Amino acid sequence: MLNSITIFPGIDKDGAREPFERVILRPREIYAIVGNTGSGKSRFISDIEQIADSDTVTKRRVVVDGALDNGSIAFLGQSMRFVLDCTVEEFIRLHQRCYNGDERIAGCTARSVLEAANSIASERLYPGALLGSLSGGQSRALMIAGISVISNSRVVLIDEIENAGIDKSRALELLMSRDKLVMIVTHDPHTALIADKRIVIRNGAVKNVLDTTETERESYARLDAAYRLITNMQFKLRNGEELC
Amino acid sequence: MEQKVIIFCGAASAGKTGVISRLTNSIRQSGETAALCKIDCLKTGDASLYDKLGFPYTIALSEDVCPDHFLVSNLQELINWGAGLNARYLLIETAGLCHRCSPATKHTISVCVIDATASLSAPEKLGPMLLTADIVAITKIDLVSQAEREIIAYNIRQLNPGATVVCADCVSGYGIAILWREILVMPAYTADADDRLRHTMPAAVCSYCIGERRIGVKYQQGVVKKIFADGGGLC
Repeated sequence: MLNSITIFPGIDKDGAREPFERVILRPREIYAIVGNTGSGKSRFISDIEQIADSDTVTKRRVVVDGALDNGSIAFLGQSMRFVLDCTVEEFIRLHQRCYNGDERIAGCTARSVLEAANSIASERLYPGALLGSLSGGQSRALMIAGISVISNSRVVLIDEIENAGIDKSRALELLMSRDKLVMIVTHDPHTALIADKRIVIRNGAVKNVLDTTETERESYARLDAAYRLITNMQFKLRNGEELC
Repeated sequence: MEQKVIIFCGAASAGKTGVISRLTNSIRQSGETAALCKIDCLKTGDASLYDKLGFPYTIALSEDVCPDHFLVSNLQELINWGAGLNARYLLIETAGLCHRCSPATKHTISVCVIDATASLSAPEKLGPMLLTADIVAITKIDLVSQAEREIIAYNIRQLNPGATVVCADCVSGYGIAILWREILVMPAYTADADDRLRHTMPAAVCSYCIGERRIGVKYQQGVVKKIFADGGGLC
């Protein structure tokens, strides 16, 4: 059971101490990591992934309260393809085998993973398809399904989910379904406002941690309407329908 | 002074130099000293890279001799050399050629470096190198998905349950802190008198080992192993 993850300050790119006492992250919450390209968002994620102990370039210290099952923190990067050469079904079985004897996935079949993937991919995945033949979106959908259904991770770190050509809201729902602590690196205001908190990174340091305000929730409603409009148009576009 | 001797082995292009290069940063940041040795066969382009790492190094070419035999034949002297330099860490990079041997000895720390993007059967093919390793570093981890990462690590654990598996991306430096923590808790090199290889080197001294180039059974002496007992049927 994971209770919390606490981050103690390190140094920014100029060597100055980060301007916070501690940042506490809790399960069942979504955190958006925002900031300019090159500001240090990936380094922040990487510190958590390595459970940094003042021994990374940022000198941050990460303290885990409670247990990370199997010590595992799942990472969903920007990669859109697999390197393994096998079919989708073989791949799912290989992944399941990693958790042999784990009661949690005893009842989980290759079909349930495939169904999860198909619920977020715009084009259906078939068990006999070669991993290498999947589209970027299908690959990403299968990656998300694997993390969500099989991987026993309490913490999920996501690098820019919106670049995937998949149903973003449904994907996030899947990833959060097991009381996970989710962190998303994003440049998208809609994704950022799905999160409960935003961690702003600048010049290699955590600048501040913002709670989503009431006014922002109203902004979210507008952004969500826009997001739905665009996804709807996208659907029509792909189907060759009139865009109205 | 206590010295840790770490031998890095793995297939060619797996990322051994990258791991060592990143690790020297951790050693420097901890205020520790190191000496580095790169073993290669005929030539190596790594001298300029090693030059930048800021620690004394030696590039050793095995030339006519098997590079793994060459390393073992020189291990004691290399350890003396490192001790003479007051290096707390002696990092030795092997040539990364055939998978027949493991350069690991009882008292050295053996790090086997595996490329995450290599085929699923790659770990199995590494044989003794992987089976005798204390730490297995999976490199280029940024190029594979979470599931693939778990599958590769699982396969390695099946082959060598005692080893610690570390995932790393030497471009961003991810994972090196974890590797460094693992090395910190490993024992120092002590009883050199009874140090021995963890796995035997090949039993082969044949004509080709001593420079023969001609092909055919009449030129072959010593330990010669044949695929077909009947000479392939025609001769």
